[in-house]
Amino acid sequence: MRFSFLNLAKQALSAHRHWPEQWRFPEPKAAYDAIIIGAGGHGLGTAYYLAKEHGLRNIAVLEKGWLGGGNTGRNTTIIRSNYLWEESQGLYEHSVKLWENLSSELNYNVMYSPRGVMMLAHTVHDIQVFKRHVHANRLQGIDNEWLTPEEAKEFCPILNISPNMRYPILGAALQRRGGTARHDAVAWGYARAASAMGVDIIQNCEVKGIRRDPSGAVTGVETTKGFIGTKKIGVVAAGHTSVVMGMADVRMPLESYPLQALVSEPIKPIMPCVVMSNTIHAYMSQSDKGELVIGAGTDAYTSYSQTGGLHITTHTLDAICELFPNVRRLRMLRNWGGIVDVTPDRSPILSKTPVKGLYVNCGWGTGGFKATPGSANVFAHTIAKDEPHPINAAFTIDRFKTGRLIDEAAAAAVAH
Amino acid sequence: MLLIPCPHCGNRPELEFRYAGEAHIARPADPSTTSDQEWAEYLYFRSNPKGLHIERWRHVSGCARFFNCVRDTVSDKILKTYPAGQPKPDLAELVKEAGQ
Ligand SMILES: Cc1cc2nc3c(=O)[nH]c(=O)nc-3n(C[C@H](O)[C@H](O)[C@H](O)COP(=O)(O)OP(=O)(O)OC[C@H]3O[C@@H](n4cnc5c(N)ncnc54)[C@H](O)[C@@H]3O)c2cc1C
Ligand SMILES: [Zn+2]
Repeated sequence: MRFSFLNLAKQALSAHRHWPEQWRFPEPKAAYDAIIIGAGGHGLGTAYYLAKEHGLRNIAVLEKGWLGGGNTGRNTTIIRSNYLWEESQGLYEHSVKLWENLSSELNYNVMYSPRGVMMLAHTVHDIQVFKRHVHANRLQGIDNEWLTPEEAKEFCPILNISPNMRYPILGAALQRRGGTARHDAVAWGYARAASAMGVDIIQNCEVKGIRRDPSGAVTGVETTKGFIGTKKIGVVAAGHTSVVMGMADVRMPLESYPLQALVSEPIKPIMPCVVMSNTIHAYMSQSDKGELVIGAGTDAYTSYSQTGGLHITTHTLDAICELFPNVRRLRMLRNWGGIVDVTPDRSPILSKTPVKGLYVNCGWGTGGFKATPGSANVFAHTIAKDEPHPINAAFTIDRFKTGRLIDEAAAAAVAH
Repeated sequence: MLLIPCPHCGNRPELEFRYAGEAHIARPADPSTTSDQEWAEYLYFRSNPKGLHIERWRHVSGCARFFNCVRDTVSDKILKTYPAGQPKPDLAELVKEAGQ
């Protein structure tokens, strides 16, 4: 059922008790034309675009937990496209363009809010790096501008620009089209729209093995709900990518780290934008509920524990209290961790693999939420056509062999 | 925060250490005959296991020495640490000892 004014009025007559389920809960069929492993935003989006743009309707998304329960439901939702290299700008900007229309495309309010993302510079090195980003972006027609500390404070009035800070603010790069969206709504919106086109989303179904024929091509997956046949598998398993790819004997250039976030008690609106600081490891925005959403850096060591050390979040709060002195007496309500898959060059992999019929979308590390629609869109193309879309052609596994890395360490060094 | 038993100094808080990635990855002995694929494996590809991981740590704020550590990446429990240069321990043996 579409969300519309008419349906809203009709449902109101029965006190909203008769809205249908937003997606189906099917049991797996014996075989599908394609299987996506992982029902995060990227996996669900991939299924959506496979159905919508490539006419593949006999497909399934397999999820070991509940849909959107991975990093999609744990992230701090910052969206921006101010990356350094043309390859990345193409990919992230494709995504920002899709965000702009996503709510109406999915008939689901993903609450995309381009409220501006401001990245603070605290050192001469920061200034040089961010100005380089500003110029590189503007050459590609992507908005990004340099602000003085006073202009930064005008944009975000609670910011402390005192020269007496431990790391004073020397300026900032601002992308006005950057912002946030509602994380869960992205997963739910894609799930609902994909399910309506016939995509089977199967939750509580963990993939345990990948079966291949003597030629090496994939023939299906072993799951906790039995064997399911298919000739095409898209792995979109974020922190668990190395584990899943290991089932097909493919080693990956990935390491999985815990990444944490926390939220404060809800308060009246005090913050109109997103502020990030790579140098002192903190970033913050305010959700529509009023909670301050705060993100930390990754823990030092690889782990699948989905928790992180308390000293990491404490360190982040030190920085937050210095940047925004008026939040010092707020209480923190919750903190949590996700497991992020990090590549050596901090750019994702959206690629065919050495195994026939096996495709992988991973390596989004600390910053893949912003890319959800764009990534899903070009990954669906890659699976359907068995070749990459021009936008993701450079994001291969092979680049680690050829040396054509896409080094975004400066754009992605802190979690976002 | 992890409590890490430095093989030289004993139990110390994680803050005194720096993580240094997967252990027992040897630099290719003869660079001139090493293929691109082998370089890539050495530089970038990692086992990243969900389970026992053998990794290097450096006790930067203590003895400053590198050492190796076997840690379960699901529970973050450390099963063993040993000085750099010693051979890889038998993981099956370690699991038995830990009674897991
Ligand atoms: C604390 C935190 C803050 C972040 N902040 C930001 C931010 O501000 N901006 C930004 O752009 N990005 C951010 N990110 C990164 C972002 O969350 C991720 O890059 C993105 O959500 C990845 O989406 P995904 O769909 O690939 O992965 P996920 O949502 O993690 O989905 C992968 C799914 O695969 C499933 N799976 C794994 N193994 C199997 C298996 N064997 N069988 C079946 N299913 C399996 C998992 O259960 C999971 O649901 C943050 C991440 C964290 C943890
Ligand atoms: Zn020591």
